[in-house]
Amino acid sequence: MSRFRLALWFGAVAVVATGGCHSDMYDQPKVEPLEANEFFDDGRSARPLLTGVVPRDPVGAKPAASATGTANPLPVNQALLARGMQRYMIYCTPCHGRIGDGDGMIVRRGFRQPPTLHSDRLRGLPDRHFYDVMTEGFGVMPSYRKQISSDDRWAITAYIRALQLSRHASPEVLTAEERSKLDATEAAR
Amino acid sequence: MAQIFHPLTNVVSRATIFGALLMAAGALWLIYMITTSDYANQVSVVRAQPVDFSHEHHVSGLGLDCRYCHLSVENSAFAGVPATEICMNCHSQIWSDSPKLAPVRESFRTGMPLKWTRVNDLPDFVHFHHGIHIQKGIQCRTCHGDMEKMPLTWKAGTLHMRWCLDCHRSPEDHVGPRSAVFANSANPLVSTAEDFAEIEKYQVRKQTNCSACHY
Ligand code: HEC
Ligand code: HEC
Ligand code: HEC
Ligand code: HEC
Ligand code: HEC
Ligand code: HEC
Repeated sequence: MSRFRLALWFGAVAVVATGGCHSDMYDQPKVEPLEANEFFDDGRSARPLLTGVVPRDPVGAKPAASATGTANPLPVNQALLARGMQRYMIYCTPCHGRIGDGDGMIVRRGFRQPPTLHSDRLRGLPDRHFYDVMTEGFGVMPSYRKQISSDDRWAITAYIRALQLSRHASPEVLTAEERSKLDATEAAR
Repeated sequence: MAQIFHPLTNVVSRATIFGALLMAAGALWLIYMITTSDYANQVSVVRAQPVDFSHEHHVSGLGLDCRYCHLSVENSAFAGVPATEICMNCHSQIWSDSPKLAPVRESFRTGMPLKWTRVNDLPDFVHFHHGIHIQKGIQCRTCHGDMEKMPLTWKAGTLHMRWCLDCHRSPEDHVGPRSAVFANSANPLVSTAEDFAEIEKYQVRKQTNCSACHY
């Protein structure tokens, strides 16, 4: 092989090797979520919904079961309450506080104080009221329609019911065994 | 015939040959160290943002949960960056005339989103999925560092393939119970027998096939 050929080979390898450094694949023409895109006049790849669009998934939509009734359409069980508690802690505690007294952190920083969730009025209102407050907002309280799915809103409603019960439960509802446990802890205090 | 080369030439030529090899190796090593360094990968470097949004204020100061803003982190690939409406849930009333929040109000009025600068950004030929990591009990802090101490956001790792694989080869060192995923404290991940039983249920596998991330 002549020296000239050898040099050519070296050159070719160098070109191919540095060609690998080309970064086209790093930023491909596909759009990642929320990436800017020049194709649209306003540069948004996430297109705003047109008016009249009907949501297909439960986020933002009302489940058929709840369209008329005022009671919680989901079966209230331990799993639903656990889910409701978790979601309440994320979305409601900032203002309503962990136990619903209305002294959350944001209120302490100057947001309007919400009423306690334990008032006789709120205890007397149907489940549907809480669901609607979350969906539509209430006074200065923002709507949570976009942040919380419909099922989760019902789960939170169930949890609020449990919170309310926690202050007004009578010892009669307990079984004899639970009752003696309670008495034992009382005595231990 | 007289000697053309001085006897020392042997030494010199050896030294130059091996020296050149050594220097080439050194240069390669240097390039490797630089490209994989935290410095070259902008680790712990803050980016300019349209609004000085502070995780420190909102997460450790106010106790907000990540999911209040990053809505889709539990189930989708994309964690979600909050819409302006979510800021306005509170800032319609709080600091409602702070000049620092002017861009937020402007965005709310016009409907044009804020243009946040990406901090953690993988190349487009890699697929990352938040959902699987959250469901398998990897804490946010394992990958993103102490977000609750960041007045402006920076990234906590190089996000190189090696960074992913270090964990994918031995995920058991990083997995904890799902209930601890959003915790801000650096508790020892797995402490009790219940935790072990819980993690057992996740059936964590080693995902090292190229096609797990490149497809
Ligand atoms: C940003 C603060 C804030 C958050 C977060 C918040 N609320 Fe409220 N909420 C309020 C305020 C303020 C009021 C009182 C509104 C008024 O009277 O103008 C209120 C009122 C209410 C009421 C009473 C309605 C009535 O009939 O009097 C209910 C029920 C309620 N909120 C439920 C919830 C639930 C459930 C969540 C979680 C999904 C939640 N709120 C999250 C601020 C908040
Ligand atoms: C009040 C809303 C809010 C809360 C709560 C919040 N974030 Fe954020 N987060 C944002 C906004 C807005 C951005 C974009 C601006 C930025 O990068 O700082 C962001 C950016 C990020 C980024 C960087 C995104 C990128 O560009 O790569 C990470 C990582 C992150 N958040 C993690 C978290 C974690 C972990 C938590 C919980 C401990 C959390 N966030 C809580 C609003 C929030
Ligand atoms: C749950 C309520 C809440 C949400 C949601 C929220 N903030 Fe805040 N923010 C606050 C509070 C309360 C303060 C004041 C903090 C303090 O005094 O410790 C604050 C302070 C700020 C400040 C500092 C203002 C100043 O003048 O010093 C900025 C900037 C800010 N927030 C931006 C944002 C952005 C951007 C978002 C949306 C991604 C957002 N916030 C979402 C409650 C919230
Ligand atoms: C296994 C590591 C890992 C874990 C755990 C993790 N993230 Fe991420 N996160 C990443 C990577 C990698 C990116 C960059 C993704 C990309 O560029 O496609 C990212 C990006 C983000 C972003 C920017 C938006 C996006 O999705 O690209 C936010 C916000 C975020 N993470 C929040 C969170 C929160 C909140 C948690 C905890 C619930 C969390 N992350 C847990 C690795 C992780
Ligand atoms: C701290 C540990 C950790 C880090 C860092 C990490 N991962 Fe993972 N990843 C996991 C675990 C655990 C799983 C679940 C494995 C299983 O059980 O299937 C997983 C699963 C995945 C999956 C789903 C694979 C499948 O086919 O089910 C993808 C994709 C993925 N990771 C991509 C990435 C990428 C890309 C990075 C780097 C940017 C990364 N991961 C960094 C722990 C990690
Ligand atoms: C856990 C996820 C994961 C797996 C598994 C994985 N990779 Fe990667 N790979 C990545 C990430 C993340 C990057 C981007 C690194 C960067 O930012 O430069 C990458 C980058 C690359 C690159 C481009 C390097 C560069 O700098 O341009 C190649 C080539 C590659 N991977 C090949 C492979 C092969 C071959 C395998 C299988 C043996 C594999 N990868 C398995 C996550 C992964």
